[in-house]
Amino acid sequence: MGLTLQNVDKLVGREIHLKDINLEFEPGSRNVLLGHTLAGKTSLLRIMAGIDRPTHGKILIDGQDVTGVSVRKRSVAMVYQQFINYPSLTVYKNIASPLKVSGAPKAEIDRRVRETAEMLHIEDLLDRLPAELSGGQQQRIAIARALVKDAQLLLLDEPLVNLDYKLREELRSELQEIFQRRKAIVIYTTTEPAEALMLGGKVVVIDEGRVLQTGLTPEVYHNPKTIRVAEVFSDPPINYLEGIVQDGTAILGRDIVIPLKWHMNALSPGKYIFGVRSNHLFLTSHNEDDAEFRASVELAEINGSETLIHIKHDTTKLVVLEEGIHSRRIGSEVLIYVNPCCFFVYDEAGTLVASPSRSTIEGRLKPA
Amino acid sequence: MAQIALKEIAHSYIANPKDESDYALKRIHSEWEDGGAYALLGPSGCGKTTLLNVISGLLTPSQGRVFYDGNDVTGLPPEKRNIAQVFQFPVLYDTMSVFNNLAFPLRNRGIQESEVKKRVLEVAEILELTPFLKKRAAGLTADAKQKISLGRGLVRSDVAAILFDEPLTVIDPHLKWHLRRKLKEVHDQLKLTLIYVTHDQVEALTFADQVMVMYEGELVQSGTPQELYESPQHKFVGFFIGSPGMNFLTCTLEGNTARVDGAGIMLDDEVAALGQKAQGKLELGIRPMFLEVHAQSVEGSIPARVKAVADQGSFKILTIDLAGHTLRARLTEGQAVPQNEAWLRFPTRWTKLFAGGRLVSK
Amino acid sequence: MEKWENNKAWFLVLPVFIIVAFSSILPIMTVVNYSIQDIWGPGQSIFVGTEWYEEMLADHRLHDALWRQFLFSGLVLLIEMPLGILLALAMPKRGWGVSASLVTMSLPLLIPWNTIGTIWIIFTRPDIGLFGAAVNQLVEFDHTARPLDAWITLMLMEVWHWTPLVTLLAYAGLRAIPEAYYQAAKIDGASTWSTFWYIQLPKMRGVLTIAFLLRFMDSFLIYAEPFVLTGGGPGNSTTFLSIYLVKIALLQFDLGPGGAFSLIYFVIVLLFSYMFYQALQRVGKGEKV
Repeated sequence: MGLTLQNVDKLVGREIHLKDINLEFEPGSRNVLLGHTLAGKTSLLRIMAGIDRPTHGKILIDGQDVTGVSVRKRSVAMVYQQFINYPSLTVYKNIASPLKVSGAPKAEIDRRVRETAEMLHIEDLLDRLPAELSGGQQQRIAIARALVKDAQLLLLDEPLVNLDYKLREELRSELQEIFQRRKAIVIYTTTEPAEALMLGGKVVVIDEGRVLQTGLTPEVYHNPKTIRVAEVFSDPPINYLEGIVQDGTAILGRDIVIPLKWHMNALSPGKYIFGVRSNHLFLTSHNEDDAEFRASVELAEINGSETLIHIKHDTTKLVVLEEGIHSRRIGSEVLIYVNPCCFFVYDEAGTLVASPSRSTIEGRLKPA
Repeated sequence: MAQIALKEIAHSYIANPKDESDYALKRIHSEWEDGGAYALLGPSGCGKTTLLNVISGLLTPSQGRVFYDGNDVTGLPPEKRNIAQVFQFPVLYDTMSVFNNLAFPLRNRGIQESEVKKRVLEVAEILELTPFLKKRAAGLTADAKQKISLGRGLVRSDVAAILFDEPLTVIDPHLKWHLRRKLKEVHDQLKLTLIYVTHDQVEALTFADQVMVMYEGELVQSGTPQELYESPQHKFVGFFIGSPGMNFLTCTLEGNTARVDGAGIMLDDEVAALGQKAQGKLELGIRPMFLEVHAQSVEGSIPARVKAVADQGSFKILTIDLAGHTLRARLTEGQAVPQNEAWLRFPTRWTKLFAGGRLVSK
Repeated sequence: MEKWENNKAWFLVLPVFIIVAFSSILPIMTVVNYSIQDIWGPGQSIFVGTEWYEEMLADHRLHDALWRQFLFSGLVLLIEMPLGILLALAMPKRGWGVSASLVTMSLPLLIPWNTIGTIWIIFTRPDIGLFGAAVNQLVEFDHTARPLDAWITLMLMEVWHWTPLVTLLAYAGLRAIPEAYYQAAKIDGASTWSTFWYIQLPKMRGVLTIAFLLRFMDSFLIYAEPFVLTGGGPGNSTTFLSIYLVKIALLQFDLGPGGAFSLIYFVIVLLFSYMFYQALQRVGKGEKV
């Protein structure tokens, strides 16, 4: 049955922290709460854990109302942004602590502590104190402590945000594998689209205390229902161009003309907002029907294996993602290519009208 | 402004260092051009802060000399070296207005008030601080404060170099890129020697024309961001820069073919010849982006098995098993994703050979 | 962080409430009770309203004691604050000197208050005291006979006893300033004075506020030292508020006026502490690091 939230609201004073939350999570499912900072992710997690009580609404576990039940009586484990461990206990005792509380026999505790430590590659650190370890290792202990007790509900609140990027990369892929083998409901919050995609499973997109969209993670990524969802689920930010549809073509920005093909062929005349992700703007042409426009480079950010070129076309600021690492001079002119098959089309209210087909995109972007 | 030369610098925090591992810096020999934008990049504990302190004069190295424009400054303290520094967190004179903060270094040097005003207004304009000049510095946001710290260096006409010690640590993520851009602009406009210390590859690669990668007290590579990405001189550079990092496979050489537990991968003839003579463990390295994955056998490809596919939206990361070794490949949108069976091709240009952790190159 | 509403939590606060009630609220209420009655024996009293307050407020001896008190506290703060800061600046920042100077500074604070009076009485006696005898070689000095000498002795005692508190607080404040500030100041070419004025003093504001308030309140309530030294004399020259209060309440057993006096005293201390606090908050208002 799993965990159900019914009409949950959370008000603090007059401020709305959460509004009208209706969610269902199945046992063994991996779920990502994706949203910007202060979107309400942590508030929601705290309510699920039973640390906070919702102002209105109910929390059900396996159909049983547990709204008022204290966190101690629930089967919950939580990992925080900060590396929270008992400073005076060894790594072993830290990991063992939740089992000790539940009064498990010694041999059983020992077996499980060692098993969990091995899973997180900290089996050689069991005799050390947390303060002697690096940030990455400390967070591994905190995660081990959450995993060791086999709670029904495993909550992780941006657990990797305070780690260096290499450690984050490493732990992220390990966690993904660990979660796949769990029977618990795993709920993981993040602000990063890449992290959500890496963990897979389902995603709940939250913004300003409301759920905007739920579904399978790649599905939501490729079909964001509103402009806001697309914004939350794009990093680098999705690009927008205002456009007018008339006489069978669309004019974007000041003078970018694109034909109304594929998913856009049924658009009625009017004003629209055209969204295109940074990885669909190119510095080379792939197809003869690519639209092209000039822009000037504002900054080239280099990120892991890609270069994010911040450009300005007329007055519109856009971001182009280029594979590999390349330096670009500020102020230099570039020619940008974009294929009509890549545009999300939103009406003026920000609701999705047409979304590109993945297979069309993949077909047209096929490398030579 | 100055050209900075580090001659045979080594430093140990221990009084009588015995072996290599006692040194926080192991023989750094490097020349930094006047007006260049440099970054010192490395994980925590790699010695980058120690090196920064040697350059700024907070630390006198155990061995070696530091030269500014050919003058030996090894024994001089920071205030005698004409450097400016921006620290991890904003360092301001809380009780002063923004204007007075910016004017402070000039007034201390007895510069005429009319000149002070001119310089401060100029710098405030560049840093977009003009609207805040009359405000008390303490009340501003962290990014404005960091700009003031930078401004106190920029107002001086005699600065040899401006040093940055992880200056964006306390800045909100969405404001970081704005400040990075500002730094770049300042560099383009004023052509100052800037040295930026960070563990964050995005900051280093975005900011600098030349990135110095440090690892365990050594300067393992110095180069443009593109050079570091495309031809890492050291295994660590391959691992640290790029996401995911470079793939490494332990191998043996047979002519110009690298043998990886039965699989044979063709190398550049010259590299293979040099590899025969090289010392240390031989490893083959290739970036996930350059590893070709095909659904069918193509010329020069070797069979492997796909273990997992992670859809990252704009690209996919494949985890591949090759003769018991795990490799990652990055597939762009539109590339066919093989199921189970895959054929890998290692383009000679991107297939690097490392001996004892260092690149074998012509 | 928000918490669940739980009425049981009030029970946890109850013991503290009871202790506070017995130790503070009840005694104060007793004093209030005295201050509005005329008591001439056990169970014999009548309600007099604000009569004692009016009498005390009009008492010129109280006025004199109050001005004396302000003068004393003012002088104490004027000497101890700068001296304390100066000593803190002079203290070593690393090495064995740190603990040595910390211990030395703490010594006067560890000595019981009335012992201090006794130590200084002997020390300043013209006949057998080291200080008194030495000074008497140059000028006539006698704290039992000359009001000015009594004041000098009291000030010496007070400064010797309490400056270390200011020093220790200021030292803690100085130690909390990150090294980067000093580096930045050096790089900016700041002089020692500028560094003090623009970095050290603003960064010490928090601890110095506390030091100032503590020293004000303590010196305003001074009792043991003048009592031991001269009992408020010579004449009334060192009769501060507390000494006068004790005279009224205990020696003359005027509980009513004494009660009224106590409350007036209490209100003055409270009022001035509040005013100073507010003023200090406004001075050099900036962020705390």
